[in-house]
Amino acid sequence: MQGFIYPNEFELHWGILIVLYPYLTGLVAGAFILASLERVFNVKEVQPTYRLALLTALAFLLVAPIPLLAHLGHPLRSYEIFLTPNRQSAMAMFGFVYAWYLMVVLLLEIWFDYRKDLVLWARQATGVRRWMYYALTLGATDLSKRSLRFDDRMGRWITIIGIPSAFLLHGYVGFIFGSVKANPWWSSVLMPVVFLFSAIVSGIALVLIIYVFSSLLRWKPIDMQCADKLAAFLFYAMVVDFSLEMLDFIHRLYESEESIEILSRMIESRLFVSLIVLQVVLGTLLPLVTLGLTAPALSKKSVLVLPDELKRLAYLGSAILVQIGIFSIRYNVVIGGQLFSKSLRGLTVYKAELLGIEGVLMASALLILPLIILWMLVKILPPWPDAEASLPTEEGGDTGVQRPAPAR
Amino acid sequence: MVKLPEFDTGRVPQQVPRLVAVFALVVVALVVARTALIPDTFGERGHYRAAAVDSIVAHEKKYAGQQECALCHNAIMQARLAGNHSGLGCESCHGPAASHTANPVEFKPRIPQEREFCLRCHQYNPSRPTGFPQIDPISHNAPRACFTCHDPHAPVPPVAPGSCAACHGQISYQKGVSHHAALECTTCHEAPEEHKLSPRLVRPSKPTDRSFCGACHAEGADSPREIPRISLRTHNPQYVCWQCHYPHYPEAS
Amino acid sequence: MISKEREPTPQTDALEKLQEKLKDVDRREFLKACSLLAPVLLGVIRVPILEAQEVASSEYDPTEHFYAMGIDVSKCIGCGQCVQACKTENDVPFEPEFFNTWVERYVIRADGEVDVDSPNGGLDGFPPPGGEGEIRRTFFVPKLCNHCANPPCVQVCPVGATFITEDGVILVDESYCIGCRYCIQACPYGARWMHPETHVAAKCTFCYHRVVDGLVPACVEVCPTGARIFGEVEQRVTPLARFMRFNDVQVLKPHLNTKPKAYYANLDGEVR
Repeated sequence: MQGFIYPNEFELHWGILIVLYPYLTGLVAGAFILASLERVFNVKEVQPTYRLALLTALAFLLVAPIPLLAHLGHPLRSYEIFLTPNRQSAMAMFGFVYAWYLMVVLLLEIWFDYRKDLVLWARQATGVRRWMYYALTLGATDLSKRSLRFDDRMGRWITIIGIPSAFLLHGYVGFIFGSVKANPWWSSVLMPVVFLFSAIVSGIALVLIIYVFSSLLRWKPIDMQCADKLAAFLFYAMVVDFSLEMLDFIHRLYESEESIEILSRMIESRLFVSLIVLQVVLGTLLPLVTLGLTAPALSKKSVLVLPDELKRLAYLGSAILVQIGIFSIRYNVVIGGQLFSKSLRGLTVYKAELLGIEGVLMASALLILPLIILWMLVKILPPWPDAEASLPTEEGGDTGVQRPAPAR
Repeated sequence: MVKLPEFDTGRVPQQVPRLVAVFALVVVALVVARTALIPDTFGERGHYRAAAVDSIVAHEKKYAGQQECALCHNAIMQARLAGNHSGLGCESCHGPAASHTANPVEFKPRIPQEREFCLRCHQYNPSRPTGFPQIDPISHNAPRACFTCHDPHAPVPPVAPGSCAACHGQISYQKGVSHHAALECTTCHEAPEEHKLSPRLVRPSKPTDRSFCGACHAEGADSPREIPRISLRTHNPQYVCWQCHYPHYPEAS
Repeated sequence: MISKEREPTPQTDALEKLQEKLKDVDRREFLKACSLLAPVLLGVIRVPILEAQEVASSEYDPTEHFYAMGIDVSKCIGCGQCVQACKTENDVPFEPEFFNTWVERYVIRADGEVDVDSPNGGLDGFPPPGGEGEIRRTFFVPKLCNHCANPPCVQVCPVGATFITEDGVILVDESYCIGCRYCIQACPYGARWMHPETHVAAKCTFCYHRVVDGLVPACVEVCPTGARIFGEVEQRVTPLARFMRFNDVQVLKPHLNTKPKAYYANLDGEVR
């Protein structure tokens, strides 16, 4: 502690679990937006990651509310947010935004996209798996040309609805912080926008990492066209994200409101490592330069022409650094916003505990959990192009609904 | 680039009724759960459980309030209201007394007798407002309990205070460390004897014009040579001295 | 000067009410006689309300009241009695992280440096100020929930577990709060805290359980110098109305538009 803080501020109220929440939802929104690139904007190169991105979004979305629940004083009362939502409260909307995104957007999109395969897998499989796949089809087993076209159209429609929904999901998380007028570190109209673009950055980087690792695990070659495109999009998103963050920073510095003194002191002391070193230098500038040089982002050819192996390594390294950077952003927002007193006269410290519900171990477990869920989802709903069941000729033929085979 | 899909207008595909059924199931379950679970009094007076107010109102009182004390201890109350502790609630010193008013025999409120208790308010502290009676506990009759000299219900000095510092602790402290340390209070103020007994009714005098300070500080004044001099005619004649210089601590301003 | 004349404090005011009440007996009988003769008079002199006073709190009508607190900074002596009384009355844990009300000390140095402290919330009083440098001015400031008319804490509560009553008091429903702590984050004044045992948000209630019975909050009851004045805002003849008439009042952090109902007299600009 340094200077004066209000007596009730000795306790830091939102800990590492609340850092996880925007981090996880950011990954969800980002992964979904990446998936919609292929579907709506017809970016053919990223097609191999389409289903993987959807499943990644689902796995992380399922875990996103767990840190919130775990940090509540009364988790068993959380249903009240659906019963008597306070319409003036930004947080009350969480249940609805979440339900909309999970139930209406993600599950529906995955269902429409997988329905044909579910039906075929149900026919091929035996025993429990057969019944499971059948249950997942909800009994809609019609594989006629018309029916498959309907699936495809609905999929497109839902993706179109899904893009603003993904913006809503994460913009909303930014709003939860940005609308707290009592806190000058949070209170900013740019907060939802910054959250959104950092979400896109983190989502693309995550899918890139998972794609590279899953290919390695499956002994399959990595589609370099796809990796190049992902890296290029990651670069673009990072440029926008970093510009917005700099805008926010310069704006604060220039306006120089009464909070500027304590905030500068906080950045220089408490947040030096997590903000300057991890977020800006390692998490943003280094990968930005690396990607700018190695990815074909600025022109058809990259600045440095590297062999594929080296390029993959550069992409993977950058994507991992980006994850560290984005996690630091969440940390700096959530924890940073509580390190200074609202009296603007002092700084406090955050002591992360190792064990316990709000501890680092719990947080790590919650970071691994979505990967486990993803692994299970991949087992049930293989997202790989080679796992797609082909239609029996008498039913399918050239329906025109199957997406073109991925380039490889 | 974005190509909006178009819809068939023909027969409804198989997927639609299935999905509608699932969603209807979820919605119905939610609606049922909602009606069953919303607390009874929620929304009666606003977006909250009106019954919550009742449970807050039912909270046990620890402080009875001085009106209660007056019902039995009226004489003490009247004495207190007439004295210098008139604004002080009984429970400010005697502590929470609701249990005493409920059961006067079994529960007795505290009667603080130690010096430390009175010193919570009356020890000299520069942050306290000027004029609030404060003492230096070391020089002020150190070992004796306060109540041996002062009636806590209507405290007055037992004898007329010998020195001004007994009441004007802050001023005397500041003057004591200033260049005016050697001056007696009476050099500048005439304090009638009655001021010690009725401090607010009879007030000491204060200097009224520049020439008073000039008696020492004017050029040519008959005073020791080390005293700083000014020309009364040219040194900011539109002001009186104490508008800029605090007489009890002149070097501070 | 503490006060030039004896001002009516809430305490003396209440006492006068008590004495009034004793006189009331005759008046009530007189009015009862009137009521037999002239029912029209009833509406004008509001006999039903006079009679209702006997039943006291069960007939308490929140729509007839609107509460606020006045704080005269120049009267606070930093004794900490209010903090002590508040913790006792409201079962606030005595650990130094939980306060419904606390007292801050400001020490403003000659070079403009501002030192603020609040050792244990002022519960045990204040030792002489430490630190370097000559003191330009120094004073105590009692703090508590401002019971804002535009409360950010109520706005952000997702479930409606904190609310503003009809008489203007912000309360927490401790059997409905989910413990998300958004309200704690949203309060600009640091007035809310998380109860370590019940795991819900907790705060000053203006001693609502006392107020509905016609008592003043515990901190006001014990304040030795009348630095805290509790009362009705909208009625003309109350200690608070008098306080607001004769002082220049300010609120804390007015730029946030929370419309606080803790009104400060003689407030220094350095107080945040």
